[in-house]
Amino acid sequence: MTAPASTTTVDLIARFPNSVSADARPGYAGFIVNKESLLEVATAIRDEFGYDLLTAVTGADYIAENKMEVVYHAYKTTGGPGLVFRVQVERADPVEVPSLVGLWPGVDFQEREAWDLYGIKFTGHPDLRRILMWEGFEGHPLRKDWKEAFFEEEAKPFKSRWPDGQHSYVEFKNPFRDNLNFPKDFDPEKYQPENEKDLYSSLERFSTQTEDGLKTDQIVVNMGPHHPSTHGVLRVAVKLEGETIVGLKPVMGYLHRNHDKIGERNTFLQNIPYTDRLDYFNSMSNNFGYVTTIEKLMNIPVAERAEYIRVIMAELSRIQNHFIFIGMLINDLGSMYTPSLYAFEERELILDIFEAVSGARMMCNYFRFGGVARDVPDDVMQKIKDLVYDRIAAKTDEMERFLNENEVLVGRLKGVRMINAEDAIRYSVTGPVLRAAGVPYDIRRADPYSIYDRFDFDVAVRYNGDMYDNYLIRFDEIRQSLRILEQALKQIPEGPINSQKPQYQVRVPAGEAYGRVESPKGELAYYVVSNGKPNPYRYHVRPPSFVNLTAIEHICKGSKIQDFVALLAMLDIVMGELDR
Amino acid sequence: MYGKGILKGLRVTWNRFWNTYIEDISWLLQGKKRYYTKEGVEHRSSKNTRGIFTVQYPEEQLIAPEEFRYVPFLVYDEGAEGKKEVRCTSCGICAKVCPPQCIWIVRTNDPNTGRPIPQPAEFYIDMDICMNCGFCAEYCPFDAIKMDHEFDIASYDRNVYNLEKLLKPASYYAEIRPLNYAREEEARKAKEAAKAAKAEASASA
Repeated sequence: MTAPASTTTVDLIARFPNSVSADARPGYAGFIVNKESLLEVATAIRDEFGYDLLTAVTGADYIAENKMEVVYHAYKTTGGPGLVFRVQVERADPVEVPSLVGLWPGVDFQEREAWDLYGIKFTGHPDLRRILMWEGFEGHPLRKDWKEAFFEEEAKPFKSRWPDGQHSYVEFKNPFRDNLNFPKDFDPEKYQPENEKDLYSSLERFSTQTEDGLKTDQIVVNMGPHHPSTHGVLRVAVKLEGETIVGLKPVMGYLHRNHDKIGERNTFLQNIPYTDRLDYFNSMSNNFGYVTTIEKLMNIPVAERAEYIRVIMAELSRIQNHFIFIGMLINDLGSMYTPSLYAFEERELILDIFEAVSGARMMCNYFRFGGVARDVPDDVMQKIKDLVYDRIAAKTDEMERFLNENEVLVGRLKGVRMINAEDAIRYSVTGPVLRAAGVPYDIRRADPYSIYDRFDFDVAVRYNGDMYDNYLIRFDEIRQSLRILEQALKQIPEGPINSQKPQYQVRVPAGEAYGRVESPKGELAYYVVSNGKPNPYRYHVRPPSFVNLTAIEHICKGSKIQDFVALLAMLDIVMGELDR
Repeated sequence: MYGKGILKGLRVTWNRFWNTYIEDISWLLQGKKRYYTKEGVEHRSSKNTRGIFTVQYPEEQLIAPEEFRYVPFLVYDEGAEGKKEVRCTSCGICAKVCPPQCIWIVRTNDPNTGRPIPQPAEFYIDMDICMNCGFCAEYCPFDAIKMDHEFDIASYDRNVYNLEKLLKPASYYAEIRPLNYAREEEARKAKEAAKAAKAEASASA
């Protein structure tokens, strides 16, 4: 199934001897591509070498070497390890790198994010605006020479806390209690949202000409940021021709807190509870991704029992996520409360288990490097078994009986086009949406991590790519998760739950790692660069919601406005992760 | 037949509706109280729950598992004559490991020598910043800081807890976390016994 990475290594340099070189830095892998030939090389990577899924694009700022880097991670949808290639440019403001949006439209938002946070200008990008910050924001916050408001120190732990830690409020240190910087020529008093013009003009490119020459007006409807069906504070500007959507732009960042920058201030261990707050429905999966990445860097084994506990928790998390998804989808379709509360009931029971093992229902903070925080007691294990063997399967059936044949639901969902396989791959869509489009791509199988290669399960896949398939695939995935759980609960051995001694500061060797897990919403990946210090040098999250949302424009174009809410619900976005 | 799917679904809701009453009657026949009792709440959050699922807070409360954590508190042992023997040695590990950096500790210095003595002079935790992660309790080498079960701390002011407000007796800790407490006491006794045996061995040698 997996092709050895070494063969492709040789190939790419042989294919482009003048423009590609291997990355020789210790701890790094992949290729450095010349900026000028990036497009040519990327085309070859996609078309000749078959790396059709570009999952992550992100920047990195190596201020000591006076270099900025753009890192690309490409994978094959047929499975196997990935390919890392990068472009290095001299540090400047802004730096320019060609955009890959023509090859992989899925990089759209990620390139905008790199522009926003790093000041990397992607030439050829059709709509390069700030995405997470607002336009009155000074500078590019992830650059290493940028400092946030109420900046204390470069890295935690802050020296002011101990041994002379007299409590003080940080904002009192500044006489005006604010610390805002505005760009040159920016006066907040006279601020008129210019961005709106940019936003609406970016919608213009979808304008359609009516064929019969009738003069019709297109109208722009703003949904959100306070709309009950946008799953949080997401704003969407929709351009309508009658009832048909002709253009659509999401506006996000209302919940932005620069998770990446916080992560670079934190020590490696301190990041674990912060990852809980990304996708707050699935803190177990978020922990899983992060510790897997750091374990890759540290090159440490994971205790056998802990591996099983991790899988059990991650799969329980997937089940409750899909239950909520179903409940909330029906909610968005207009059938308020009954189905969603039925779904919440099962979720509550699963959260009870999380609470009993980790101490918190949602912000679990349960995984540690090398294992998990504490063992699962026997009575909780019995509770998990009760749920898995006796209850959840029956309740899944009940939910299906309850909803699947409902004519109204079927009428709303069946045959409403969402995305086809080819486009889903181009738009870097992952997770259930990709699988419902007929691509059996599941990281648990395609590029197995942890101990997923030991379990017997099927990758849930459906082929129509309409909304009804997207809905049904969630039930399939719950069933597959139950299969994994049953095996894991049978096989789980006794033993220690951590291969390491508990340490509050871990040593992480220099290098980079890209760790990814199949979160319930899609591919959740972390890109971490360590320089041997107690804090990560670069910490980046590739959230599935954010990248999947790139496709929303493509998905909704041509649909009716009344389907938009359901289509958005199908992507299963969560703003904690989207805005980071 | 059009509408068959809806009817099928409605049967589920119908059953769920009656399940509440069926449960109620069966509890009544068994002579047990389903509401406002610990037994009833426990049953409602077990795998056998049917019908009504919700809990009438605050009259009824879900049973918090032992590991449940909210904000940290400092443990003291009750010494002779009600003396508070604070376990904390102000080593600062909790302040260093705290992800949002909400713990402030002032060390005590001996007034004569100026050397630090292992006791905190002041200890602040900013509960507004605390993210309830539990790292401080997990990495404390002296079992001096633990996570509390008390969760209704909302107030009109800011919640910066000082030493006085943070200190709670070890008996309270034993009450909310009996298993953990027993395990730690056992480990501590074993350690002390080993220490005593070692001291004895060196004394006799």
